[in-house]
This record gives sequence, structure tokens and C-alpha cells, in this order.
Amino acid sequence: MIKRLWERFKQPIDPWLLLFTLLVFVVSAVLLYSASNQDVDRVSDKLTFMGISLVLMWCIANIRQQTLMRLALPAYLVGVLLLLAVEFFGVTSHGATRWLNIGITRIQPSELMRIALPLMLAWYFHLHEVHLNWRHFVVGALLIVVPVGLILKQPDLGTGLLITSSGFYVLFFAGLSWRLIAAGAAAFGGLAYVVTHWNLCINILHEYQCRRVATMLDPTSDPLGAGYHIIQGTIAIGSGGWFGKGWLAGTQTHLDFIPERTTDFIFAVFGEEFGLVGNALLLLLYLLVIARGLMISHGASTTFGRLLAGSIALNFFTYVFVNMGMVSGILPVVGVPLPLISYGGTSMVSILASFGLLMSIQRDRKLMKG
Amino acid sequence: MKHRPMFGAPTRGKTRRSSNNELKNDREARSAYELRLVAAAGFVLLLFGVLLARFFWLQGIQHDKYMTLAEANRISLVPVPPSRGIIRDRNGVILAHNFSAYTLEITPSRIGNLEATIAALNTLVEITPKDRRRFKKLQEESKDFESLPIKTRLTDEEVARFAANSYRFPGVEIKARLFRHYPYGQIASHLIGYIGRINDRDLADLEEAGTLANYRGSEHIGKIGIEASYERYLHGTTGFEEVEIDANGRAVRTLRRVSPRPGQDLQLSVDIKLQEVAERLLAGRRGALVAIEPATGGVLAFVSQPGFDPNLFVDGIDPQTWKELNESLDKPLLNRALRGEYPPGSTFKPFMAMAALEGNFPLVHQTIADPGYFVFGGHRFRDSKAGGYGSMSFDRSLTVSSDTYYYQLAVQMGIDYIANFMSGMDFGQRTGIDLPGERPGVLPSAEWKRKRFKNPAQQKWYAGETVSIGIGQGYNSYTPLQMAHATATLVNYGVAYRPHVVNQIVDPNTGELTQVEPRPERTLPWKRENIERVIRGLASVITNGTGANAFRNAGYTAGGKTGTAQVFSLKGGKYNARSVHERLRDHSWFIAFAPVEQPRIALAVIVENGGFGAAAAAPIARKVLDFYLLGKKPEDPVAQNASVVEQPSAERTGD
Repeated sequence: MIKRLWERFKQPIDPWLLLFTLLVFVVSAVLLYSASNQDVDRVSDKLTFMGISLVLMWCIANIRQQTLMRLALPAYLVGVLLLLAVEFFGVTSHGATRWLNIGITRIQPSELMRIALPLMLAWYFHLHEVHLNWRHFVVGALLIVVPVGLILKQPDLGTGLLITSSGFYVLFFAGLSWRLIAAGAAAFGGLAYVVTHWNLCINILHEYQCRRVATMLDPTSDPLGAGYHIIQGTIAIGSGGWFGKGWLAGTQTHLDFIPERTTDFIFAVFGEEFGLVGNALLLLLYLLVIARGLMISHGASTTFGRLLAGSIALNFFTYVFVNMGMVSGILPVVGVPLPLISYGGTSMVSILASFGLLMSIQRDRKLMKG
Repeated sequence: MKHRPMFGAPTRGKTRRSSNNELKNDREARSAYELRLVAAAGFVLLLFGVLLARFFWLQGIQHDKYMTLAEANRISLVPVPPSRGIIRDRNGVILAHNFSAYTLEITPSRIGNLEATIAALNTLVEITPKDRRRFKKLQEESKDFESLPIKTRLTDEEVARFAANSYRFPGVEIKARLFRHYPYGQIASHLIGYIGRINDRDLADLEEAGTLANYRGSEHIGKIGIEASYERYLHGTTGFEEVEIDANGRAVRTLRRVSPRPGQDLQLSVDIKLQEVAERLLAGRRGALVAIEPATGGVLAFVSQPGFDPNLFVDGIDPQTWKELNESLDKPLLNRALRGEYPPGSTFKPFMAMAALEGNFPLVHQTIADPGYFVFGGHRFRDSKAGGYGSMSFDRSLTVSSDTYYYQLAVQMGIDYIANFMSGMDFGQRTGIDLPGERPGVLPSAEWKRKRFKNPAQQKWYAGETVSIGIGQGYNSYTPLQMAHATATLVNYGVAYRPHVVNQIVDPNTGELTQVEPRPERTLPWKRENIERVIRGLASVITNGTGANAFRNAGYTAGGKTGTAQVFSLKGGKYNARSVHERLRDHSWFIAFAPVEQPRIALAVIVENGGFGAAAAAPIARKVLDFYLLGKKPEDPVAQNASVVEQPSAERTGD
């Protein structure tokens, strides 16, 4: 009886992905304890979130791929509707309207879109896999533009870019022409160059976003504002050296020099206390998660599974890269958390939900084979 | 690969994949996908390599440099907030200033049992239930690690008592802080406004404006009135101190200090003495008064009654007082002068007269029969004077305020002409005064109606609706500020200034002055003789018209116009002030200017539910002019209020 329950429990789980996730969780808890100045309450909050997210992941992993495909369109439509609702009835906090009050709690529909958009695109390309032509890519691009436009209006540049990338990855695996990709990359690079070097502010960028870019180029220009984050983050990482100052021993951290050190800037704490060796190991751990995701994509039995898994793996990678790049001063400061490690529940829930999707894809592969 | 000869949805593959050609396509697609997978993996490795290189650069190569920086990073930047600019009236009387005092502050996150701590504090420093309620509200609005005042303005004795016991209270501190104080209290409260603690919304606005860094260390920000509209001048520039801190994060010594630059002082155009007189005249009623210097557009008095004490808001108002203010039927928090929109009643007639002369409409040259009503489209529009005046000419129409005449005039001019002419005086649009939250009023027109209503049946403008526009009723509704502004523009011969309450911005360090205005906003192309004719008409209202009672023996020349705005539709019944509920009684209006030859002041006053314009509003205007022109203070306000009930004589009805 117990054995059968155990079988049932572990049946949808991919042991490798679970193992890597739990390892990141260990790092997260240990690091948060230090970053929050040994605040047990915050660590236990974080552990609660981990528990809830793991349960959610398991539930999603149980869903059959066929069901996922059926859910794709409704999920996407609900996501767009909720984003529209935010536009009209959203709750404003810190200058941005990103939340929707649903009585009990506030939800952030852009988080739902992080899952719904790749799901929708993967299903769409799966549907048209036999006679795929350029028109399908135009439709795919439109499916990306609608929600992203609404998110950029909130305004939330960081999430907008990340969701664009998650959609783009689906198009990429579906076979978007290399030439278009090169042209797009060149256009994006050119735009970024223009914004940073000529300090040109285009309409979609808010003034503060422009200033953040300018501040990245010369942090000392704004020592009380955003420049402070960059200066202190860089000092923290750099002073960590090869082996770090040791757990709980980071002076930058504990003398309060690192702002937002439990959330977006938690990597500065890690770099300071665990050094270059620690950073390399953390990168390796993340790399394992990404590699597992790409392997699941490779082994998937359907186009749907391949595209979705590939997009999820690369999107996870993007989060890691953008956060670490921002904290170490090679990317502008956008509000992107370090996946699975930063304090905060929403992003963890949506990441583990996407891991649930990966596991579902992986499980169905086994079933097909058997 | 071998395990999966089909790829794609297994349910719909079988027949299709029997064709060799499609199988080949599948293989091609598969190998294309695998190429992409390899590219993706390469992309990931490349960018992780970039990160690793960056870490190696920071932690391996530049480590010494950053280590030194971190060692030296015992230096913390502590923001030093600037002191807020002082607000003075046109004669230099202080209306808002700062004083230094001690506060007792609690950081909730550093305290275990808040209730017990407050109870223990209460034995040293008296903490009233009001203080507690206010603190609770502050706590809800703030983050736990912020230091929040539990008690403000401690006496020296209280400071000493707490200081001796402070070791018992970790997380509780005494801080010296600057406090904002408004010495005049309720007087000019709507005009000056107040500052309050910075909330999430303010933070968002500051971030949007890119001035958030300048508010590190500031706890207050202007919320309404001048305090809000001149926030960027009043606040000043935050300085900072580089403080050396020890291993526990405590400040050891100050290494460098960049002093804050104090906020700019403001000198208003408002005369606080005149303001006080006007406030006292309106006290106990609901109403507003705006007085403007026509030659500059400078606002001399800006009254909205009832008011409130702005000092209550500075450190967080306690919820009960807030509730009382917010829920009072008299709406003391409503700035009636700026945001109250009322039908102008007969005070609209001078502007109609001006419009008629400029358009040279035939009625201007005629004397019409006045039976006491005007019939249009089968509907009888009544004059407030029963039976009418028999006959009516242009010049007499203002003196006695003939409704019949202006009904006909409106019909002759048509709604489009009226709307077009009136918009030149900012009717129906914001005057652009330097105060936040101004309402535009409603200048009705066919186009306005189309936009205002959704139902197509309501979108059409009916000619019958134009009739009552002529006497300032119908959809017409304007703020007292707009009425004063239009009057000032008229008596200034069509030269319109943007109304403004601040005259000068003064830099307290250099003494440098920045003049806010005056510069004419626009000059209306009116004929001088026409303007003079309307002004003569308005002067006749004072000498022998509806305003004569209130202005008997004035000792100066003045012009004016009474107005009575209907609150409640009588549906043809006869209006009787005594039988109608107090809050449904008509609003009493008066616009005035003096002296006639070269007006130094133009004003508009409204008394809500005051009845006839001549009854409530005109005497107030008279006393304000008496004070401004002759320096005569009004007698006891109680005696003055008694005279309000007095009904105008039969000949001077008109309103």
C-alpha cells in the first residue's frame, strides 16, 4: 500500500531536476540567513514558499501533455484578459500598475504570462508543424507582441523583455530563420547602443529607466540613487576574492552597504562571502538545471514538448544571466530576481510551475516509449 | 531517434507519415532542431563564460582594489535633509515656517512587544490615546524598519526624563527634527495646503520624476495647495555626510559634509489681512471668495469656507479627526474656490452683455417689451420679477438684472457664438492658476453635449436649452476662481493675466528673486467703447440697481453684479426661501470690482444656500472692498450675519 503510494508520488518526478532544484534551495536558505542578518523568520518564510512551490510543481508534473495542449489557448486568453484588467482596474504601487486585487490577495498577471505565452506558442507551432511557413512566424510574433505591449505599458521593462525572450526562444526552436535572428539581434544591439551612448530616450523607456542605463555607464553620477547599488554591489563581489570572506562574514553585507540584499542584489552577498570559487560552483549548479531542461527538450516526444522545454530552459538561463550581469555591473539595473534564490514568493512559484511542465514533458516521453 | 519514427502529435500522424517524402521532411526538421539545440547550448556556455570572466576580473585580478575599497568602506553616506522654504504673504507676514523640536520615535522592527513598550514609555512621557491612534495609522502606512514618531514636540523636561531611561528602550530614540508650522491655522488653509508624510504614491511620483534620490532622508512632502504645487522649490536639495562607521555600524566621526541647500522661500500675492477679513465674513457658512488684482492677475484673497487646521496633517492626522473632517456634510476639505463648480446665475449676464456688443446683435439697439416672461418653443421662461418691467433696454438690463432680456439675447446669439466668446475668458477651461487640482467648470456647447452624453437622444443640443444659458443657468457651471478671473479680465479691458498666488520665489542664500509673473496671457480684441459700456452698466448696479442696498454710502466707486444660482428646480412653483430646506436654497453670488476708474481689485464671492445675491454675497463683497480700499475693518460678524435675512426691496428684485 505504502509502496504503491510512493510509486504514485514519484512517478511524475524527474529525479535530476528535483535534485538540482533542492541543491539551489539549500544555497538559497543558507545565503538568505546571512543576507537577512540571521533573521530566522524570513528564512522560514522562504522555506514555506519552497514547500508550496514544490507541491505546485508536483501537481503540474502530473498533468498529461494532451491536457497541457488543451489548456494552452485558454491560459493565454485568460492571461491577456487579466493584463487588460490590470490596465483598467490595476493596483498601483511604486509607480507601476502591475497588480490585480482579487479580494484575498493581489496577483501579478505578468507572472502567469511567463508560463502561458511559451505554452501557447509551443501549442501553436505544434499544430502547424507539417506545413510551417513564414506566416506562422508572423502570427507567433503577434502572439508575443500583444501581452508584451500590455506589460510594457504597466510599465515593467524588465518583465516585458524577459517574456519577449521566452516567446522568442519558442520561435527559435521552431526554426525561425537565422537571417531574421541575426537582423533582430543587430537591431536590438543597435538600439541598446543608441540608448546607452547617445543617452537618447525613446517613448517606451521611462525617464528613470534611461537614467538607470546612464548610471550604469557612470555610477558616480548618482551616488545617492541607483549608482549606489552598482558601486556597492561591485565592491562586494570584488572584495570577495578567490575564496570569499566566509559565511556571515561579509562586511559589505553586514554593515548595510548592499541595498536590497535579500532580493535583487542577493548575489552580491554570495559573491562577497563565497568568492570566485563559490560563484563558479553556483554557475555550474545553474548550468546543470539548464542542461537538464535542454535534455528534456531533446528527448521530448512531441514538437510541443520540445519547444516548451527548450523555451523554459533558456528562459531560466536568461534570468540567471540578467540578474548576475546586473549585480556585477555589466547590465543595467532592472528588477530581475536571482531565480530560486532571491527572497520573494511569486517568481519562485512561477519558476517551479515551469519545472512542473518540464517534468510533465519528461514523463510523457517515458510513457510513449513504454 | 530510432524510438521515435514519428514525431508530432501521435494521434494524427499515421496515415500522413506513410508517404516517404514527409518522412524525409521530418528528418530534416529533426536535424534542424538539433542544430538549434546545440546553438542554444553554445549560447548559454558563451554568456556564462562572459559572467565567469567578469567574476574573474573583479575577484581575481581587481580583488586588491576592491578589498581596499571595502576596507575603506567604513564610510557611509548619510543624507542630510534640507530645511523647507518659508511661505510669506505679500507684506512679508509668515504663513508657513519650520521650527526645531524633539520627537520620540519608535522603530517597530526593533521592538518585541510594542504595546508593552508604549505603556512603559507612558510612565515617562505622556502618550495620549490620540497619539496612539495616530501612531497605529502611521504604522500601517509604513515599513517596520522605519522610525516613526509616537510623540512630537517634547518638552525639555520630557527629553531629560527619557534620556535618563533610554537604556531601557532599545529601538526608541529621541530625534531633533524640523517641524512645519502654519501660524494662521484655519485661515487660508486651502490656499497654503499642508505637507504630510511621504506615502507609496508620492514615492512612485518621485521615482517617475527622477527626484527620488533627493528625498532620501526627507519624511514630508507637499500634499495640497501651494505646499504641493511649489514642492520642487520649497523642498531644497538634500546634502549628505560621509560618516566613518565602526564594525557595528555606529557612526564614529564625520569625514566630509556636503551641506543641503535649503528650499526656496515664497512670497505670495495674497494679503493675509484681507484674507482674514474675508474668512471671518464667510465664517459659519459654506462659500468661497476669490479676489484678484486685475492689472497683474495676482490673487489677493483665496477663501474657501469652512476650512481646517493644516497643522493636524503634518505628522499624520489621527483617524477620528480625519473621519470627522472627511464625512462632515459641510465638506471642509473641499476647496470650493478652486474645485466647487456652481451655476453662475445672473453674474453671467455682464459677459453675455459683452458678447452681445462685440457681436453687434440687433437686440443691443432695441428696447423690447418685458411682460415678465419669455416664450420659446411653446415654453414660458419666467423672469424673477413677476410681471416684468414693461420695457427693457440694453443698458437697463444689467442694472435691474432682467431675465427676459437675456433669454432673448441668448436665443439671438445662439449657443455656438456664446461658447466661442466665453472660452476667451477661460470659462469651461482651467485658468492655469498655480494651485493643484483646479476644476475646469462646464461651458456648454453643442460639441460639449455630444461628448458629455452617451445616449444619442441626449447628445443633441436643443435650441430651448440656449435660453436659460443666457441667465447663467442650464448646464453652465464655473468655479469662483473662474468668475473672479473673468471679472478681472473684463475690467482690465480684455487683457487677461494668468491668475497666480505666488509673486516671487526667493533664494534664501543669495537673496535672488524670481518673479512669477506678470505677463499678459492674451489680449482679447474687444472694442474699448463696448467694454466701457458694460463697466458703466455694472457701476449702475451699485448706484441704483440690485447692489445698491449693500453699497449705500460706500465712499468709493465700484461696479458689481448680483447672482442667484438655482440649486433646486422648482418645476414652475414659486420659490419661497422659508419653505425650502436650507441646503436646497439658492446659492448667493456677487462679483465686484473697485474703483471703477482704475480697478485695483476684482472679486467673486459665493455663499452656498445664501439665497438672493443681493442678500448674502453682496454685503460680504462690500466689506471686503471697504477693508481693501479704505482699511475699514468690518464690525462684529454676528451683527453682520443678522442683516443677511433682510429681503431686497421690490424695485430691486431682479434676481
